[in-house]
Amino acid sequence: MVVEEHALGPPAPSRGRRRGGADGRERGDDLIRFENVGLRYGMGAEVLRDVSLEIAPRSFQFLTGPSGAGKTTLMRLLFMSLKPTRGLISVFGHDTARVTRAQLPALRRRIGVVFQDFRLLDHLTTYENVALPLRVLGKAESGYRADVVDLLEWVGLGERMHVLPPVLSGGEKQRAAIARALITKPEILLADEPTGNVDPPLARRLLRLFVELNRLGTSVLIATHDLALMEQFDARRIVLAEGRVRIYE
Amino acid sequence: MARDDRHDPTRPPPPSPRDLRASLSSSIGISQGRSGRGGRVEPHFAPEFDAAAPVEAATHPFIAPSDVPLATVEVPAAVVVEASGAPAPSPRRSATRRKGAEKAGRRKERPRTGTPETGGRDIVPPQAVAGRALVLVVAIMGFLACLAVGGLALVSEAARDWQLDVSREVTIQVKPVDGVAMEPRLKRATEIAQSTPGVRSARLVGESEGEKLLEPWLGSGLDLASLPIPRLVVIDLADPAAADLTALKARISAEVHGASVDDHSIWAARLRTMAGTAVVAGVAVVVLMLTAMVLSVVFATRAAMAGNRDVIEVLHFVGAEDRFIAGEFQRHFLKLGLIGGAIGGVAAILVFVVADFATRTRGDALSDQAHALFGGFSVGWSGHLGTVAVVAAVAVLTAVTSRRTVLGHLGRLD
Repeated sequence: MVVEEHALGPPAPSRGRRRGGADGRERGDDLIRFENVGLRYGMGAEVLRDVSLEIAPRSFQFLTGPSGAGKTTLMRLLFMSLKPTRGLISVFGHDTARVTRAQLPALRRRIGVVFQDFRLLDHLTTYENVALPLRVLGKAESGYRADVVDLLEWVGLGERMHVLPPVLSGGEKQRAAIARALITKPEILLADEPTGNVDPPLARRLLRLFVELNRLGTSVLIATHDLALMEQFDARRIVLAEGRVRIYE
Repeated sequence: MARDDRHDPTRPPPPSPRDLRASLSSSIGISQGRSGRGGRVEPHFAPEFDAAAPVEAATHPFIAPSDVPLATVEVPAAVVVEASGAPAPSPRRSATRRKGAEKAGRRKERPRTGTPETGGRDIVPPQAVAGRALVLVVAIMGFLACLAVGGLALVSEAARDWQLDVSREVTIQVKPVDGVAMEPRLKRATEIAQSTPGVRSARLVGESEGEKLLEPWLGSGLDLASLPIPRLVVIDLADPAAADLTALKARISAEVHGASVDDHSIWAARLRTMAGTAVVAGVAVVVLMLTAMVLSVVFATRAAMAGNRDVIEVLHFVGAEDRFIAGEFQRHFLKLGLIGGAIGGVAAILVFVVADFATRTRGDALSDQAHALFGGFSVGWSGHLGTVAVVAAVAVLTAVTSRRTVLGHLGRLD
C-alpha cells in the first residue's frame, strides 16, 4: 500500500513551522527533514535524486532498497558525513549546509549510529567502547560507570565487558555497537544493516531491542535489505530505488 | 502490501504484562532471574523468539497506542530519552524510572565484581603511533641539541673568562729611544701605573724574562742586547671597569718618552666577536635541530592520523570535537617527546661528565693545554640547566606540533 510518494514536487520551505500531513503534526518538529535532496559523487550521475522525507520524533522506519540503491549514501547524509549536492537537509532544525564544523559534534551527539561493520575500536574493551561517547563528552568515569555496566547487562554483554572486540562474536559486536550508540540517550538511532552479520534469531532479538528503544522515545531508522526482518514488524518503510525514494506508511 | 496481521485468528492471544516482560527481556538477551553469584544478571539468549508477537502492535506508536503496560519492563536509565519534544512519560513509567534510578544508585554503592575500574585507556592506540622510531629521532635530536647547548655554555663561559683575563691586564710598552736612558723611563712608567686608580699592581718585566718571551720566535742563544727590544710594564687591574685607562694613557704618553699603553682592546673585541659567533652558531644549530625534530613530529603525526583514520571517524561520529581528538594525539606525543628528550638529555649529561673527567689535568702536556684553553670541559650549571630546558622544550614542541598538525588536518577535512 503506497501511501505517499516523495519523488518530485516543489521544495518545502526551509524555515519555520508549517502544517504537515494527515497526522496533523507540525512538520517543523521533525528531527530530520530532507527536501528535494540530490547527491552526486564528482561529475558522475546522481546517486540520490529529489529525495524528500522526514523522520519524526518517536517514529520507527525501515530504509530499504536493492544493493547499490544508495542506502549507505542516504545514511551518511543523515548523520552528516556527507553534504548534499542540492536540496535541503534539516537536522534538529539546523540547515546542514550552514552548520559549521564547530556545531557538528553537538548535533552528532543527538544521533546514535550503528554501523554495518560495527566500527568498534579493537584496542579498547567492550566497556571502554560503549563508554567512549561519554568519555568524549568529558564526563568522569565514576559518573557513568554504573550506566555503562547497566546498559551492557541490558544488551546481554555484562559478562563480556572486559573483552576486546576481536574476541566477540558478530552478534556481540553488534550489540556492543548498539549500546555505544545508545549510551548518550540519542534522540534518533540510525542503524545501517544492523542484522547483516547475525543469524535470523539474533536478528529478531535485535529488532525487538530497537522496538523497545523506540517505545522508550528514541526515533529509529534501520537500513536493511532483509525483507524477512521487515515483515516481522509493521513500520514505515522508506524504499530507495534508482536514487529515488518511496515511502510506505 | 498487506502486512497488518494483528487480527490473525491463528496468532496466539496477546500476552499478559508478565509474559510481555519475560518475552521482551529474553528478546534482548537477558534473563531477569538472578544467579546465586553476587546477584549479577546472567545473560542468556532465548532459544527461540517470535519477533512477530503482538507486542509490537501494542508498542509501536504508528500502529496503536501504547496501552499495554510494557513500561513495567526494567530498562536502564541510560537509554531513556529525555528529548524536549517527547511526550511526558506516564506516571507509572516515571515511577519505574525512579525505581530504576534508585536501583542504579544502590548498585553504585555496592561493590561490583568485574566492574571496570578505569575507562582511561588511550583512545589512540599507542602502537599505531610510530613510537619507537619517533622516540629515537627525538632522542637523537634532543641529544645533539643538548650537546650544542652544553658546548655553547662551555665556549661562552671560556670566552668570558678569556675576556676577563685580557681586560684585567694592561701593558705599558717602553721602546728604546736613541740618547734617552731606558731605566728612568721604566721607573716613571711603573710609578704612574701604580698611582692610577683601579690598579692592583704594576710589575716591570725583567730583561731575561723578555728574552724568554722572544725565544719561541727568535730562538735561544742569541745576544739580544744589541737589538732595540722594547721593555714591558705589566699592570694588573683590580677592577677593569673602575680603572681610568684614558688618564693612564694620557699621562704615560705625556710623561714617558717613547712609551705607549696597550689595553688589549683589539684582542678583547676579537674575543667578543668569536664568542658571539659561537653563540649564534650554537643557537642556529639548536634551532635547526629542533626544526628538524618538529618536521619529524609533523610527519609522524600525519602518519599516525592516517593509520588511525577509523578511530578518528568513530570519534567524530560519537560527537568528539576536534580539540578532543587533538588532545588524544597530543597526549601521546607529549609522552613520546618527554621520553625521547629525557633519553637525549641524560645521554648528553653523561657525555659532559665523561668529557669533564677526561679533560681534567693529569700533569701531561696535552691535558694542561686543553685545560688552559677551555678551563676544563665542565659545562657548569648553565649547561645542565640548558640541557633540562632543551628536554622540556623538546617535549612541549612535540606535543604542540602534534596538536597543531591534527587540528590543521582535521580542519582541512571540512
